[in-house]
Amino acid sequence: MAAFVVTDGLKQLIGQKEPPVVFKVEEGAIQRFAQAVGDKNPQHSDVEWAANSKWGRVMAPPGFTGWPISAGFNLFKLFEKLMKAGAPMGLLDGGVEYDFQAPIGAGDILVAEIMVASIEGRETKMGPTMVTTLQSTYTNQRGAVVLVVRNTFLNF
Amino acid sequence: MAKQIYYEDVQVGSEITTLEKIATTRMLVQYAGASGDFNPLHYEEDFAKNLGVGRPIVHGLLKRAWLVNLMTDWIGGDGVLKKLSCRYRGMDYPRKMKTFDDPVDGDTWYCKGKVTKKNDADNTVECEIWVENTKGEKNTTGTATALLPSKSK
Repeated sequence: MAAFVVTDGLKQLIGQKEPPVVFKVEEGAIQRFAQAVGDKNPQHSDVEWAANSKWGRVMAPPGFTGWPISAGFNLFKLFEKLMKAGAPMGLLDGGVEYDFQAPIGAGDILVAEIMVASIEGRETKMGPTMVTTLQSTYTNQRGAVVLVVRNTFLNF
Repeated sequence: MAKQIYYEDVQVGSEITTLEKIATTRMLVQYAGASGDFNPLHYEEDFAKNLGVGRPIVHGLLKRAWLVNLMTDWIGGDGVLKKLSCRYRGMDYPRKMKTFDDPVDGDTWYCKGKVTKKNDADNTVECEIWVENTKGEKNTTGTATALLPSKSK
């Protein structure tokens, strides 16, 4: 067994930015997310309660966004591109690092900019494994960066 | 909601109030819809088997969202979650459904954590956090940094 060897084709994709994705944070989407997670904080689900809170509106739980797919980004298309350049076909989510910089609430319009930050070869219990880190930066309609996320993926 | 916790209330080693969760196949479908993550790995038996994980597994993202929930419940409305990271070290399997609403018996997950550092300069606390299953396996582990309100300000 050996570490995965990063091909030249893959190396060329490091640092490449994907076209930005624009999306609106919808109140109903926040409510459904909080319900699916079982987060009972009324700030995320109770419209009336939230209207009287210090934020004056339904706010997203941290981590409501930050997964490229939930921003409408076609993650699988990006991985198809990586696979064409030599990435193994197995794909698992390896982890996440969030840097929450400002709150996100219903009605916000966010721009997500996603890039391949790094690709490394490793050896794991799945065999030779490619470890990819995507960095996503989310900016709101006031031009403030609200969130920076690093997602790690394992191809094996 | 729980009472507001203050920076002065916690010490290095203080435990974060445990948050108990279960995951069912139905909840995974609900989470797929809410998050937009429709990877068949989380609901299709053959797909999961062919990928070598046995059967559909709990979304890493759902366990990560539980950890966010652990932290935000603990820090309360006046606390601010600044950073959170986690790694997935193993698979967790959802309970299957017995009726429309109720699952069969199976794993329960306990989201836990403790304070590892206090930073007096900015009233932030650093924490070690994890999700533990009924067998005591910590398949999702991470760290979080949160700002807590002060009693003196």
